[in-house]
Amino acid sequence: MSDLIKKVTALLNDKTINAFIGYEKGSADRIRATFIRNEDQAQKLILNASCTQNLAGYLLKHEVKKLGKLGILANVAALRSIMQLASEFQIKDGEVYVLFANADGSLTEFTDFKSIEAFLETTDTGIKSEEQEMIAKLEAMTVNERWLFWNKEFEKCIKCYACRAACPMCYCHRCTTDVNQPQWIPVASHELGNLDYHLMRAMHLAGRCVNCGECATACPMDIPLNLLTYQLISPIKATFGATAGMKADAVYALSTYKPDDKENFII
Amino acid sequence: MEKQLKILKYSDLSKLIEKFRSQGFPVLAPVRKGKVVEIEQVQSLDEIALDVLLSTQSAKKAAFPKVEKVLEYTLEKSGTKQFPVDPADYKETILFGVRPCDASGFKSLDAIFGEEPKDQFYLEKKEKSTIISFSCPVSDEYCFCTSVGGGPGNTAGSDLQFTGISKDEILVEILTEKGEKLAATFADLLTDAAKDIDKSKFLADVKVVFDVDGVVEKTTASFNNSALWLEQSLRCIGCGACAFVCPTCACFDFQDEQNTKKGVRLRLWDSCGFSLFTLHTSGHNPREVQSQRWRQRIMHKFAYMPEQLHVVGCEGCGRCSRACPVDMNIKEHLTAIGEMVKV
Repeated sequence: MSDLIKKVTALLNDKTINAFIGYEKGSADRIRATFIRNEDQAQKLILNASCTQNLAGYLLKHEVKKLGKLGILANVAALRSIMQLASEFQIKDGEVYVLFANADGSLTEFTDFKSIEAFLETTDTGIKSEEQEMIAKLEAMTVNERWLFWNKEFEKCIKCYACRAACPMCYCHRCTTDVNQPQWIPVASHELGNLDYHLMRAMHLAGRCVNCGECATACPMDIPLNLLTYQLISPIKATFGATAGMKADAVYALSTYKPDDKENFII
Repeated sequence: MEKQLKILKYSDLSKLIEKFRSQGFPVLAPVRKGKVVEIEQVQSLDEIALDVLLSTQSAKKAAFPKVEKVLEYTLEKSGTKQFPVDPADYKETILFGVRPCDASGFKSLDAIFGEEPKDQFYLEKKEKSTIISFSCPVSDEYCFCTSVGGGPGNTAGSDLQFTGISKDEILVEILTEKGEKLAATFADLLTDAAKDIDKSKFLADVKVVFDVDGVVEKTTASFNNSALWLEQSLRCIGCGACAFVCPTCACFDFQDEQNTKKGVRLRLWDSCGFSLFTLHTSGHNPREVQSQRWRQRIMHKFAYMPEQLHVVGCEGCGRCSRACPVDMNIKEHLTAIGEMVKV
């Protein structure tokens, strides 16, 4: 029995948690989320290098919350999601039991936000090098080239909203896209509707994206949506000194005003 | 009509496409776009990806596109003037290189859109489409067509079906009058085929994994089994990827886009997986949680459609499972329903 299965079984048996969100073997070579509520189910838990999905989004899903006190197997992106969600008052300290899998397979427990913050301070939370290269390519483009690049990508969009559904930060009860009085974003998956939707979403994630990449992984049409929000990470940091998902009590850069804010982004 | 068998040479496929193009028919076929395969208009054979297992989206968009204009109007002092789209203006189109599950998917759509009041936008486009399917030499673990009455060489819904029988030759099955009419335009490329060709030798082996009648019966009886639906859907995140790649999902929404002078009415794909789908103006939502929406998806295909339209609303193509960001595998879920001892 793996340490993870032992640990989760113990947590369930002593009622520290009622359900644990982890990974199980999925279809073909896929890995998927699983919701463990008893010792038998715990045997399905797996942990390997392919367990990369950010499971934190499930912490806010209505039917998952109803399972009771939750435990979660978090990766770095999930830890940051939890911090960001905490700073947005979506998760309270002590509400979720967090297990982190270290590279050597050992487990670290986090029972409060302070310990997660301390851990993240010394952890690499940056964007992967191949993604960094793509962003560099995009930034090297002229405005017109970039416009054409994104329009070509958005042509593929079918507005299934998998990106929004997969994003741990897209938890709005009523997304701007779904508001129809007034209708801010055209519902249709046509040129304008797709463009408006993706730009609105990117703007809404500016300073909130924890670079987990779930949006791009989820997209059935293979649109590299993560690059849109990743591109906003460094300008937000440079302008406001803020990085999302590092502190549970962070103040969201774009919803606060300080007299000494730089205003050089205003055209 | 009685099926006719002919032989076409692979080396003549490009001539075939040229012939279609020279007659002015738009040809829709699978085209590789990075990791996805789209069905879209092509000009020549070399654009077509005939070796792919399946296109990412189904072929339904040929008759039921994601965005479709159905009406234009102007807003004038004297009142509103309407300029409806005339379905008679749709062009004769050829769907080339789609799979048998795409072709048979149109059977379900025909049943849905053929109900009164008949849906002229779909029906007219479908009527003007000639479907040339390519049987499947390979399958993958997501395929389960044979469990829902289809198969890698199923001809239902196809006007012509092509099957590779050697590296040089294609067996052409002429299946409908529409197919016969189209085949007449390339008769010079066809030769007679031996009557005893065993097509099944050239098809993928797709194992039957459940008994569809049993699944229909158990699904129909499971409306109140909320534990079943919750268990299956806990990881579902409520996007519309499954519905939008599905060859038989037909739900749609209407939206008017207008300014102070004029507007257009658009028909758009919709999905029962969205929480907004059943949200009432009052704020009440009869399908409040995702498990109820998942139940709707399965029951629509395996209870309501069999009951009301006498077709199962699933072709076993597995596209929904491949596209699902969180690995909701419909084959696995249906198999589990089929294996339930107590409903």
